[in-house]
Amino acid sequence: MKPWKSILAAAVLALASSTAAMAARTDLVVGVVLEPPHLDPTAGAAAAIDEIVYANVFEGLTRITETGEVAPDLAESWEISEDGKVYTFKLHTGVKFHDGTDFTAEDVKFSLDRARAEDSTNAQKGLFAAIDSVEVVDPATVKVSLKYPEGLFLYNMGVGDAVIVAPESADTNKEKPIGTGPFKFDSWAKGSSVKLSKVEGYWGDPVALDKVEFRIIPDAAAAVPALLSGDVQAFPNAPVGDALPQIEADPRLKVVIGTTEGETLLSMNNKKPPFDKLEVRQAIASAIDRSAVIAGNGTGLGTPIGSHMSPANPAYIDLTGTYPFDVAKAKEYLKAAGLENGFSATLKLPPPPYAREGGQVIASQLRDIGINLEIVPVEWADWLSQVFKEKDFDLTIISHTEANDIDIYSRPGYYFQYENPEFNKVIEELKITNDPAKRNELLGSAQKMLAHDVPAVYLFELPKVGVWDAKLEGMWENAPTQATDLTKVKWVD
Amino acid sequence: MSDQLSITQDSFGSILARAFRSRSFVIGFILTAIVALMAGISFFWTPYDVTKLIVSDRMQPPSAAHWFGTDHFGRDNFSMIMVGARNSIAVALVAVGIGMGLGVPLGCWAAACGGWIDETLMRFNDLVFAFPALLSAVMITAIFGPGAINAIIAIGIFNIPVFARVARGGALSIWPREFILAARASGKGPMLITIEHVLPNIANLLLVQGTIQFALGILAEAGLSYVGLGAQPPMPSWGRMLFDAQTRMVVAPYLALFPGFAIVLTVLGLNLLGDGLSDTLDPKLRRQR
Amino acid sequence: MAAYLVKRLLVGLVTLLAASIVVFSVLEIVPGDPAQLMLGMNATPEAVAALREQLGLDLPLIWRYLSWLGGFFVLDFGRSYTYSVPVSELIAERIVVSLPLAIISLILSTAIAIPVGLFAAARRGKAADAVSMGLSQFGVAVPNFWFALILIYVFAVWLRMVPAGGFPGWSAGLWPALKALILPAIALALPQAAILARVTRQALLEVLGEDYIRTARAKGMPWRYVLWRHALRNAMIPVLTILGLQFAFLLAGTIIIENVFYLPGLGRLIFQAITQRDLIVVEGVVMLLVVAVIVVNLLVDLSYALVDPRLRSRR
Repeated sequence: MKPWKSILAAAVLALASSTAAMAARTDLVVGVVLEPPHLDPTAGAAAAIDEIVYANVFEGLTRITETGEVAPDLAESWEISEDGKVYTFKLHTGVKFHDGTDFTAEDVKFSLDRARAEDSTNAQKGLFAAIDSVEVVDPATVKVSLKYPEGLFLYNMGVGDAVIVAPESADTNKEKPIGTGPFKFDSWAKGSSVKLSKVEGYWGDPVALDKVEFRIIPDAAAAVPALLSGDVQAFPNAPVGDALPQIEADPRLKVVIGTTEGETLLSMNNKKPPFDKLEVRQAIASAIDRSAVIAGNGTGLGTPIGSHMSPANPAYIDLTGTYPFDVAKAKEYLKAAGLENGFSATLKLPPPPYAREGGQVIASQLRDIGINLEIVPVEWADWLSQVFKEKDFDLTIISHTEANDIDIYSRPGYYFQYENPEFNKVIEELKITNDPAKRNELLGSAQKMLAHDVPAVYLFELPKVGVWDAKLEGMWENAPTQATDLTKVKWVD
Repeated sequence: MSDQLSITQDSFGSILARAFRSRSFVIGFILTAIVALMAGISFFWTPYDVTKLIVSDRMQPPSAAHWFGTDHFGRDNFSMIMVGARNSIAVALVAVGIGMGLGVPLGCWAAACGGWIDETLMRFNDLVFAFPALLSAVMITAIFGPGAINAIIAIGIFNIPVFARVARGGALSIWPREFILAARASGKGPMLITIEHVLPNIANLLLVQGTIQFALGILAEAGLSYVGLGAQPPMPSWGRMLFDAQTRMVVAPYLALFPGFAIVLTVLGLNLLGDGLSDTLDPKLRRQR
Repeated sequence: MAAYLVKRLLVGLVTLLAASIVVFSVLEIVPGDPAQLMLGMNATPEAVAALREQLGLDLPLIWRYLSWLGGFFVLDFGRSYTYSVPVSELIAERIVVSLPLAIISLILSTAIAIPVGLFAAARRGKAADAVSMGLSQFGVAVPNFWFALILIYVFAVWLRMVPAGGFPGWSAGLWPALKALILPAIALALPQAAILARVTRQALLEVLGEDYIRTARAKGMPWRYVLWRHALRNAMIPVLTILGLQFAFLLAGTIIIENVFYLPGLGRLIFQAITQRDLIVVEGVVMLLVVAVIVVNLLVDLSYALVDPRLRSRR
C-alpha cells in the first residue's frame, strides 16, 4: 500500500509543478475559525473582523508589521513636536477608496473624529482618548494635537479600530466594507465564507493574489480534513488540536508554530474574599502545574509565562520561577492565610478550548490543596456581563490577546479589581515615556510587581498554530496583532 | 387508541412470569439490568477515579489496564461510561417523572370533565407539543445557561403532553364502562372514581409509555449534552464524551465508539423491555409514538 | 366540514399566538446585553448606551412585542443585533440548507422504510421479518449524531469520498452542494426510517387482517396484487400521519446534525445567535420552527378528518 502511494504522490507532484511553472496560482482559500459578526473594524471588538479585513481591505495611518513594529501606511511620514503633543502626518497622494472616491486628509479627520465622538460605537475608544483635535492642513497633511504626550500613539493609529474610512461608506461598512487596501470586498455568504478580490491600480506595492476566500471552519473535525484534502490552503490559526502530528507528517503542508500576544490567565477577583489575601493567591499559583495545563490543551503547545507579557516582546523577562509548582508550599500559604482546610469557589469558563479544557485540569489540581472549584461554563455574552462588567466571579480563565495591554491592571474598575498605587505610578510614567530603553525598564518593574502580587495566575502564552501549503510564501508566522496580512503572500514552486 | 382494554387484575407475580416468556422482554431486561447495575456500582467503585486528571496518560488506546482507553485528560473511559450511565438514567427518570406527574393528572382531569375544560387542556397540550424538546432546551439554556437540571426540565416539559394524551385517551375508553356507571350511581365523585377505577386500569398503558419515554429521554439527554446544552464537565456524560471525541476522531476513533455503544444498548434494552411489556400486558395494545 | 375547518384553523392561530407570547417573553428575560457584546470588553458605557438606543432596546417591552409580532405578517422578523441585517435575510440564507436537508432525509427515510415494512409484512413471522425488524429495533436506538460521527469517520476521514463538513453553497454547483448534504441526510434519515418501517409493517398487518382483503384473497386475486393494490393503499394513511409528525422531529434533528457537519443552516444559526446573544434571531428561528410544527400538526389533524368523518365531531 505505502510504496505505490508515494510513487503516485511523487507523480502528482511532478505533474503539478510542471504546470505550475507555466503560471503560478493566484487564488487562495484561507481558513478562519470564527465568523465575524460584521466587517467594520471600527465598530466591533471581534478579532474575526480584523482577521479578514486588516491590511487587506482597510488601512490606517500607520500599520503593525509582522514583527510587531509600527510602519508607515497611508501616512508616508510624520513629524512629532518637541513636547510630544502634536503629530503632523504627511499622507500618500493618488490613493482611492474601492468605490472610486479619493482619499484625502478630510477622510482622516472624519475617521478620527467619528471614532472619538460622543455617540461613537468604536470598541476601543480609549485609543483615541488622548486626541484633543484633528486639523486638515492641506489635502495631504493632517495635524493631530494631543491633550498629553502618548507613548503608544503611533502604535494606536495602526490597529484595526483606527483604520481610515470614507464618510460616504462609513455607515455601510458592516455589510459592504469600502477601504483603501489592495483587496476589495466581493461577497459574504453568512456562515460559510467571505470573498475578496484584487484591486486594479492599487496605490502601493501590487499584490500577487487575484482571488481570496476566507472560509469559516470552526473545528478540528472539519479543519483537518479540509487541510489534508487541499480544500483550504492556509489556516493561520488552525484548530487542529490532537491531530497536529498527522498534519506535520504531510509533506505538502507546512506547520509553523508562532507566538501571539495572548496571555492566558487564571484571573482572580482581587477584592472578593478569600482572594483578597495575597497568601491565597500565592497558594493557588503554587498549586498549578503549568506543564499539565498546557498538555491538557489539545496541541500541547504554549509557552509558560510568569507575568503579563508575551515572550516575543523585547521587554519580556522570565518570571515563571516566582511561584514554582509545589503542593507542600501551596498548603503552607493556605495555612498562613488561615484556610488550611481549603474552601470552595466557582470557576467561570468562556467557550474557547483553552478555558474549558484548561479549567478542568486546574480544578483537578486545586482539589489537591483542598480548594473545591465548581466549574461554570459561560457564553461570551455572559462572561462579558457577569465577569467583566459586574465582577460577579471568583476565578475565570481568559486569554488577553491585545498587544501592549499591561496597563489594564491600573485601570480603575477593571475586572481583576487589582489595586496597587506603586504599579499605577509605573504605568503613568510609561504612558508619557518615548525612549525604548526606559520603556523596557518600566515594563520590567511592572511585570515583577504583577508576578509577585499574582492578581491572576499567569499560565501560558497562547500558541499560533499556522498551517499552510508548503508552496505558499509570505504568510505571517507570528501574530503580533490579530490579522491575516495577505499583501505579501504568493505561490512559488 | 384501542377501545377494548382488557381489564387484567392478575397478580404481579403472574404478570412477571408471563413477561419472561417474551423474548423481547428477556433481552431488554438483561440489557437494562446491566446498565442499571453499572450505574449502581459506580456509586461505590469504578476502576479509576474519574475526578482525577492524569494528563500524562492522555489518549491511550484500549489496553488491559484501560479497557476502553483513556480520554484527552487521561481519564479511564470505562469508568467514565459507568458514571455517565448514572447521569443518563437520572435525567431520563426525572424527566419521565415530571411528564407523568403533571401529564397524567391533566389527562385524567380532561377526560373526567370533558367540555370546555377538556378542550382548553388539550389546546394547551398542543401548545407545549409545538416545542420539540430541543427547542425548549435551547430557550431554557438561553436564559439559565446550560446544565443537567435544565436538560431535565426541557425533556420533562416535552413529556407532559405525551402522558396527558395517553392518559386522556385511556381514561376516555374507561369512563363509559359499566363498573364506572355503577360507581357513579353509588355517589362517588369524578376525583374518587379516577383514583379508584380509572388509574388502575390505565396503569398498563402508562407503564409501557413510560418505558418508551425513558428510552427517548436517554436519547434526548445524549443529544443535548452533545451540543453542550446538557450535563456540564467535569460531570461525565455520554453525549459530552461524544462531543469531546469528535475533534479527536482522526487520531483516536475509539473515543467515539464506546459511549455510542452505551447509548445504543441502553435505548435498545428499554425499547425491547417496552415491547415485551406491552405484548404481555395487552397484546392488542399498540405502541404510541 | 367547513365549520370544522374554520374551527381547527382558529385553534391553530390561537396556539400560534400563545406560542409567540411564550417565545417572546421567555427570551426577553435573558441576561446579557447585546449592545455590550457587540462592542466588546473595552467599550465605554456611553458607546453601549448609544447602541442600545440605535437598536431600539430602550423601548417598552409591550411595544417591542407588538412591533415584533406585527412584523411577522410582512415577513419582517426585525434586524439582527450582531449582523445588522434583516433577520428574514439570515433565515432565507439558512433555510436553503435546512429545508433541502430535511426534505432529502424525509424522502430517503420513506424510500427505505416503505419497502422494508412491506417486505417484513409480506413475510410475517419468517426469518426475513425477524431480521429486518431486529435491525429496525436497533436503528431506533441509534442516536443520529453518533451515526453521523461514524459516517464522517468512514466516508470523509478514511475513504475521503465526501467532505467532513461545511457547505460550499448552491452557487458552487448542484453536485458539490448535494455532496455536502449526503452524509447529514443519511444520518438523519436512517433512525427515522427504522421507526417508519415498523409503523408501515404494523399498519399493513392490520389491513391484511381486514375482511375485504380476505375476500379478495378468497376470490383468487394474486397475493402480490392484493398487497400493492389494496393493502398498501389503505395502510398509507397511518404511515402518512407518522410522516407528518416526524417532520417536526426532523426539523429538530437538523439542529443537532447541522452542528455535527458545520452546515450553515437554521440550527447553526440558532446556536450562533444564542452565543452572540442575538435574541431577535433566536426568537425568529424558534418561532419559525414552532410555526412549522403547528402547521404540520394541523394538516395531520385535517387529514384525519378527511379520512374518517366520524372524528370531526369528537376531536
